[in-house]
Amino acid sequence: MSHATTAGTAKTEASPTPVTPKKKPALSEGKKAERRLGWLLCAPAALTMIAVTGWPILYSVLLSMQRFDLKFPDRTEWVWFDNYVTVLSSPYWWNAVWVTVLLTVFTVAIELVLGMSLALIMHRALVGRGIVRTTTLIPYGIVTVVAAFSWRFAWTPGTGYLAEALGGDPVLTEKIPALLVVGLAEIWKTTPFMALLLMAGLALVPDDLLKAAAMDGASGWQRFIKITVPIMKPAILVALLFRTLDAFRIFDNLFVLTAGSQGTSSVSMLTYNNLIKGLNLGIGSTMSVLIFIMVAIIAFVFIKLFGTAAPGSDDGGKR
Amino acid sequence: MAGIGGAETTGKKVGWGLLNAVVVIYALFPVLWIVSLSFKSSATLADGNFIPREWSLENYRNIFSTSEFTRALVNSIGIAIIATAIAVVFGTMAAYAIARLDFPGKNLLVGVSLLIAMFPQVSLVSPLFEIERSLGLFDTWPGLILPYITFALPLAIYTLSAFFREIPWELEKAAKMDGATPGQAFRRVIAPLAAPGVFTTAILVFIFCWNDFLFAISLTSTEQSRTVPVALSFFTGSSQFEDPAGSIAAAAVVITIPIILFVLFFQRRIVAGLTSGAVKG
Repeated sequence: MSHATTAGTAKTEASPTPVTPKKKPALSEGKKAERRLGWLLCAPAALTMIAVTGWPILYSVLLSMQRFDLKFPDRTEWVWFDNYVTVLSSPYWWNAVWVTVLLTVFTVAIELVLGMSLALIMHRALVGRGIVRTTTLIPYGIVTVVAAFSWRFAWTPGTGYLAEALGGDPVLTEKIPALLVVGLAEIWKTTPFMALLLMAGLALVPDDLLKAAAMDGASGWQRFIKITVPIMKPAILVALLFRTLDAFRIFDNLFVLTAGSQGTSSVSMLTYNNLIKGLNLGIGSTMSVLIFIMVAIIAFVFIKLFGTAAPGSDDGGKR
Repeated sequence: MAGIGGAETTGKKVGWGLLNAVVVIYALFPVLWIVSLSFKSSATLADGNFIPREWSLENYRNIFSTSEFTRALVNSIGIAIIATAIAVVFGTMAAYAIARLDFPGKNLLVGVSLLIAMFPQVSLVSPLFEIERSLGLFDTWPGLILPYITFALPLAIYTLSAFFREIPWELEKAAKMDGATPGQAFRRVIAPLAAPGVFTTAILVFIFCWNDFLFAISLTSTEQSRTVPVALSFFTGSSQFEDPAGSIAAAAVVITIPIILFVLFFQRRIVAGLTSGAVKG
């Protein structure tokens, strides 16, 4: 039911409502009490979220305009945009940007295809549906670092069955093979999540419609492309948005599998290395701000695609 | 895409059985591999066999004999439980207000929590590192609990407000009719009905906190508050010639057990929670 109603109310919300008379004096006691309760109930959540993100974001902008190296704290100095010039002219940064973008694009694309197949299997399975759903939740739930270690040992020459099966070459010490392994680990871990989101969309496709199309002679593929996908479009976009932003901040898998050596750093990995290993707060914060801007751009593009069907667009609460 | 509503022939059943088997193997083999590694003795650790030639509990004995692991386990459990409890309480209150009450600023709150859900966490690491150092929160439990609550709240709010919208609200009206205040209606009528949703949310939030690595490795520096995923990445053999793989595998299995139990017992709830929270919003 959710989607039909969300779309419906979203439409009415989008159209400007001209009848908004000033109703300040008309606020009854009950209404006031409701407002107060609403604010009171939201206050702890809102204050925590703002305290832990709001000030630090501003602070990181301030830090990014200073030369601030914890190894040389007395040389701290206001340098305006020098850090940005340093980062944006660094080949390491651009390499990390490309690695992150390529990993994101390829893993999310493959996850979409695999996730859709998995969703169809879970949705249509005649036998063993429970087993399939339970086991696919394991990659979702398992600690990423644990999964990453499993892959690392599997690819370690001597120790690992995969490395042995492929002739014992050390794959994790070369850029391209290492990135392929990282991509594989990401895909394994997150495809089930994608599949679950897509499955929720599949549940909205009316069976009658598919049956009618089958009667009229539409093939399975035609039914999928012409009926299932258009109806699922909101679910697909949500799944893509969540996964894209999540893939963009890839860190755990890379940390365990390559630690960013041989030019396999993602932007998160590079920021971590500058900040915690290098203790360079200025450069680390500059990278943080740049990542924030990139993510904002991605989110903006997706929300443009969504229109008002974005997750969290309020559908009125009360019905 | 099998035919729609076709007869359940044996051939089809076999086909589905095979597909299911592929999915199950896909999901399980990295897990089985790390389990197998954890049971290998140090002599056979590096033999590259998928199944141990020689089973041994040596690795488990090793990790439980060091404070490096046991302390991290205590940290992981304590931090995840406290963060989950607080996030679920705050989230429940906010989600009830969002689902049920009419007040200015509601859309702003929903928007802000959506922003945080999409936020690149690494962007917070640099300022939090410096702020927590000056506040004395660096390398303490609260230093990790705070960011965990913050990033768990959007998840909790979405999942819970989706659940709350499904609750029969006539009951609340009836309670108010009988003279209950909105606050009483919330505590006495709605909270018990909402319990399953709250429980599901708690599982999802716990998995999130249990899983975190970026904050845990950036905002801790000693055993005092390191969680298991971070401790794992610092494991070294007792000498430089000893491979820590066995210890890492054993510790990895230990922290995977709770997740597997959750998944086995609450599969239906987890699926419902993930999809309602994320798709419905």
